[in-house]
Amino acid sequence: MEELLIMSQAALADSVLKKEEVPAPKIQTKDLALYYGNFRALKNVDISIPPQKITALIGPSGCGKSTLLRVFNRMNDLIRGVRISGQVFLDDQDIYHPDTDLIALRKRAGMVFQRPNPFPISVFKNVAYGPSIHGMASGRELESIVERHLRATGLWDDLKDKLHIPALSLSPEQQQRLCISRLLAVEPEVLLMDEPCSALDPIATARIEDLLFELKKDYTIVIVTHNMQQAARVSSSAGFMLLGELVEFGKTGQLFTNPIDPRTHDYITGRFG
Amino acid sequence: MSRRWINLFTHLFTALTGMACALVILLVAIILGNIAYHGIPHLSWRFLTTAPSSGMTEGGIFPAIFGTAFLVLLMTIAVVPLGVCTAIYLQEYAPVKSKWVHLVRMAIQNLAGVPAIVFGLFGLGFFIEFVGRRVDQIFFSGQLYFGQPAIIWAALTMALLTLPTVVVSTEEALRVVPRSHREVAYALGATRWQMVWYVLLPQAIGGILTGTILAVSRGAGEVAPILFTGAAYYLPYLPSRLNQQFMELGYHVYVMATQSPDVDATKPILYSTVFVLLTLTFLLNFAAILIRSHIRRRLAAAR
Ligand SMILES: Nc1ncnc2c1ncn2[C@@H]1O[C@H](COP(=O)(O)OP(=O)(O)OP(=O)(O)O)[C@@H](O)[C@H]1O
Ligand SMILES: [Mg+2]
Repeated sequence: MEELLIMSQAALADSVLKKEEVPAPKIQTKDLALYYGNFRALKNVDISIPPQKITALIGPSGCGKSTLLRVFNRMNDLIRGVRISGQVFLDDQDIYHPDTDLIALRKRAGMVFQRPNPFPISVFKNVAYGPSIHGMASGRELESIVERHLRATGLWDDLKDKLHIPALSLSPEQQQRLCISRLLAVEPEVLLMDEPCSALDPIATARIEDLLFELKKDYTIVIVTHNMQQAARVSSSAGFMLLGELVEFGKTGQLFTNPIDPRTHDYITGRFG
Repeated sequence: MSRRWINLFTHLFTALTGMACALVILLVAIILGNIAYHGIPHLSWRFLTTAPSSGMTEGGIFPAIFGTAFLVLLMTIAVVPLGVCTAIYLQEYAPVKSKWVHLVRMAIQNLAGVPAIVFGLFGLGFFIEFVGRRVDQIFFSGQLYFGQPAIIWAALTMALLTLPTVVVSTEEALRVVPRSHREVAYALGATRWQMVWYVLLPQAIGGILTGTILAVSRGAGEVAPILFTGAAYYLPYLPSRLNQQFMELGYHVYVMATQSPDVDATKPILYSTVFVLLTLTFLLNFAAILIRSHIRRRLAAAR
C-alpha cells in the first residue's frame, strides 16, 4: 500500500506540475444505463476517457467493468436481451445511433481479452487476420504490416524466424502480445483491455505494462484490472465502479491518494472487494 | 440383506457384465475370423481389377469397386455442402432456441432414425418418379433419360441417408470452437460471414472431415437405399454418365448370395468381396477415429 501511495503521489505531482489543458475526450458516455434482461448492470454512467492516455477501471467483481468496456465497441450487441439507454460517443460520433457501421466501429475500437486467445493458426496468420478481412493489404505489404506490429509488441526478434509456428505453442505472455499485435494490425484508435494480465505471471505482467506505456503514445487505452497496483502504475485516469455505478472518476493520483467518495476510500484501503 | 448376499450379488454382477463383453468380442472375432479365413485366399490383384464372368462364378469385382467409389464420391459432393451449411445455419445464424430451429433439429434426428429401405423407396418415388420424370419432360421432350434408376439418384438418396451424420458432427465441431474466438473475430471487425469462414471453418474442418468419412463409410456399406434407385445386378460396362446404373459392392454381395446359379462356385468370391467391403469400411472408420482423436487432443491443448 505504501509503495502504491508513493507512486501515486509521483503521478499526482507530475500532473500538477504540467497543468496541461484538457483535450476533448476520446470516448464519452452520457447517462448510460445497460440492462441484461431486467437486470440493470450499469446505471447513470458519465465517463470521459482522455485520448492517448491509459484509463483504468477498477472495482469489485461483478460491478460492471467488463460490461462498460464492452459498451465502447458494442460487443454487448452479441448478447441477447441487452438494452441500453443514454449516449456513447467515440470522438463526436454517437456509436449507438442506428446508422452506426458496426464493422467500422470495431475496427476503431478493438479489444484484448482476459485470457490470451490467439486463433489456432500460425503466428503470421493471426496478425494477418485483421488486415486480410478488411482487405487492407496482401502479399509483401501484408508481410511488412505483420512485421511492424510484431515489432510493436516486442515479439519480432524472438519470432521472426518462426512466423509459421502455431500461435498456441507460444508462452502465455507471448500469446497475449500476439493478441495485441493482431489487434494493432487493424489500425484501431482505442484499445479496450479486459484484465489483459490476469493470466500472466508477475514478470510477464510487468513487461506487458511496459508495452502499454509504449502504446499509449499512439493509442487511447482503457484497461480493466483487479490489480490496484497495476492501475496505479500504468494509468493516468482511473474510475472506480460499484454495483453498476461509476462512483468516482479522476486522475489516478487523486483517486488513489485522496479519493472523494468514502466508498472509493474503503475499496482502495482494502475494506471490501 | 446380509453382507454375504450383497457380496455374492456383486461378484455375480461383475461376472455377468464381464461375460457380456466377452460374448460381444467373441462374436466379432468369429465373424471377422470366418470372413478373413475364407476371404483372403481368393484375394488377388486380378480379383480386384477384373470384371465378374461366367455368371459371377469367376472373375473379379472391379466394376463393383468402381461403382461404389463413384457413388460415394457423388454422394459426398451432395451431402457435405448441404450438411455443413445446415450445421452452420443451426449453430451460428438461426435465432437461439427458436421453434424453427427446434423443428429442423427434430427433423434431422428423425431422419437418422428412418430405416434405410424407406430411403430407397423415397428415392424411387421422389427422385426418379418425380424429379427424374420432370427433368425428362422439360429437357428431353419426354424421352427417358433421368426418369429411371441411375447413379445420380442413388447418390442423392444416399446423401439424404447420411445427412444427419454430417450435420451432427459439423455442429459438434462448431460448438467446441471457444466462444472467445468468435468474440475476437467480431472485436476485430469481422462480419458474421468472415467469422464463419476464417475462424470457425478452419477449426471445424476436422469435425467436418470426420463426419464426411463416417458418411462415406456408411454410404459404402448400405444396400437398401440404392436397391431401387440405381444399383445394377450386372453391367458389362462401367458407368460414365450420371444417368447410368452401376454395380456396387454391397449389392454385389447380396446378388451373389441370393441369385448365384452355382452357390459353391460363387462362395470364395462372395467371401473375398465381403472381406474387401469390410476392410474398406473399417479403414474409413479408423481414419475417422484417428482424425477425431487428433482433434480432441488439439482441443485439449488449446484449452
Ligand atoms: N450476459 C450476461 N447476462 C446477464 N447478466 C450478466 C451478463 N454478463 C454479466 N452479467 C452481470 O452483470 C454484472 C456485471 O458483470 P461484469 O462482467 O461487467 O462485471 P465485472 O466488473 O467485469 O466483473 P469481474 O471483475 O468479475 O470481471 C454482473 O452482476 C454479472 O452477473
Ligand atoms: Mg470482467
